[in-house]
Amino acid sequence: MKKINLPLTEETALSLKAGDSVLLSGYIYTSRDAGHKRMCEALARGEKLPFDAKDSVIYYVGPTPQRDGHIIGSAGPTTSGRMDAYAPTLMQKGVRGMIGKGERNAEVIEAIKEYKCVYFGAIGGAGALLSKCVKSNEAVAYEDLGAEALRKLYVEDMPLTVIVDCFGNNLYRIGRENYLKNNSGF
Amino acid sequence: MRTINVSEITEAIETLCIEANLYLPEDIKCSIIDNYEKEDSPVAKNVLSNIIKNFEIAKGEGIPICQDTGMACVFLEIGQDVHFTGGSLTDAVNEGVRRGYINGCLRKSVVKDPVLRGNTGDNTPAMIYTEIVFGDKVKITVAPKGFGSENMSQIKMLKPSDGVEGIKDFVLKVIEEAGPNPCPPMVVGIGIGGTFDKCALLAKKALLRPVDSQNGEEFYAALENELLEKINSTGIGPQGFGGRTTALSVNIETMPTHIAGMPCAVNINCHVTRHKTRVI
Repeated sequence: MKKINLPLTEETALSLKAGDSVLLSGYIYTSRDAGHKRMCEALARGEKLPFDAKDSVIYYVGPTPQRDGHIIGSAGPTTSGRMDAYAPTLMQKGVRGMIGKGERNAEVIEAIKEYKCVYFGAIGGAGALLSKCVKSNEAVAYEDLGAEALRKLYVEDMPLTVIVDCFGNNLYRIGRENYLKNNSGF
Repeated sequence: MRTINVSEITEAIETLCIEANLYLPEDIKCSIIDNYEKEDSPVAKNVLSNIIKNFEIAKGEGIPICQDTGMACVFLEIGQDVHFTGGSLTDAVNEGVRRGYINGCLRKSVVKDPVLRGNTGDNTPAMIYTEIVFGDKVKITVAPKGFGSENMSQIKMLKPSDGVEGIKDFVLKVIEEAGPNPCPPMVVGIGIGGTFDKCALLAKKALLRPVDSQNGEEFYAALENELLEKINSTGIGPQGFGGRTTALSVNIETMPTHIAGMPCAVNINCHVTRHKTRVI
């Protein structure tokens, strides 16, 4: 199990391989469908992103509202593929890590290789468990989007798996192939 | 004739929305634990162990099992001798969903227009499915449906000549295309027969059936077993990381259809297959 402290530098990204289990600590940003659309529209108008993108990590999540006394509600990953249309633009602007679940398209994987980024998977449907890693939670922009607002979270030892590394290796291919190779009794 | 004030429906639905999102049904829990024991890949075992921890934290601390607390699918089986008073039944259902999602700190995940978007802010409207049945009771089931898995669902108007092999090929194609996206291990609801729309509804209803049950007809029970085995031989595994446990269950529901058709719908659900029922 590798421990990673953010920001996610190029050096750290280069050291990670598809299939690695990691514990991530530091500040990350939350954004999903509507937030990504807004960020890319802002960039197209020549405006800046509402956060410092360099070596940053975006978590594709729309948490439930927190109960009194809680930092955040349930906070597991959403399907990343819906952000594929926007992800290469954000990587070009400096975002180095993405946390989500599910397949990415060919353009995103090419951008991951080009900009030396990492695509991490969090366990989909484990929002209660993942919420325990969140130590602070602050709205940064787009609060009118409710669950889709851009938030800055401090996470401690967030359990993740490297899905696509900066060389383009993909755990969804490798993991399945390895399992079938080792369990060919079917 | 029995009179029921719709405020009773509102109250029941508020509670059912909250409970469904916090407490995973026992049959799903047992199935996940059972599959954890059977799983032969260490990576997959680790995922399943975290999924078990997750539903325990959800129950213990009152945090929704998943942040996608879904669209509120509300099934109403209404006895034909029931007379509702106190206002519109539809409004009463939506008021229950509104209160449940606001008071229960559940996520509001509904947009008012599919193309123009815009969050409605209270998770309404509910998806309401009504059925008139014999008797004077009302059976309410709330099944919050997440869209990670809903987006991976498909329907196909198969030809009668495609036969059962056509059904198997289609189901396996849907699972293959879904891959890691619907948060496996999944529950696979299959509808066969009816019309285009009824077939999709059968698939959704199939997801309400406990995963430790089987279709009442021997032919379809055998088909459920065969498809489950085939799905669990794909190697997709929990979260798509590779492993045995790609699905917890395959539930098939059927109905008569036209001489020219054999519709087949596959509605996928994730391991957080939630539903809660109350009879009034």
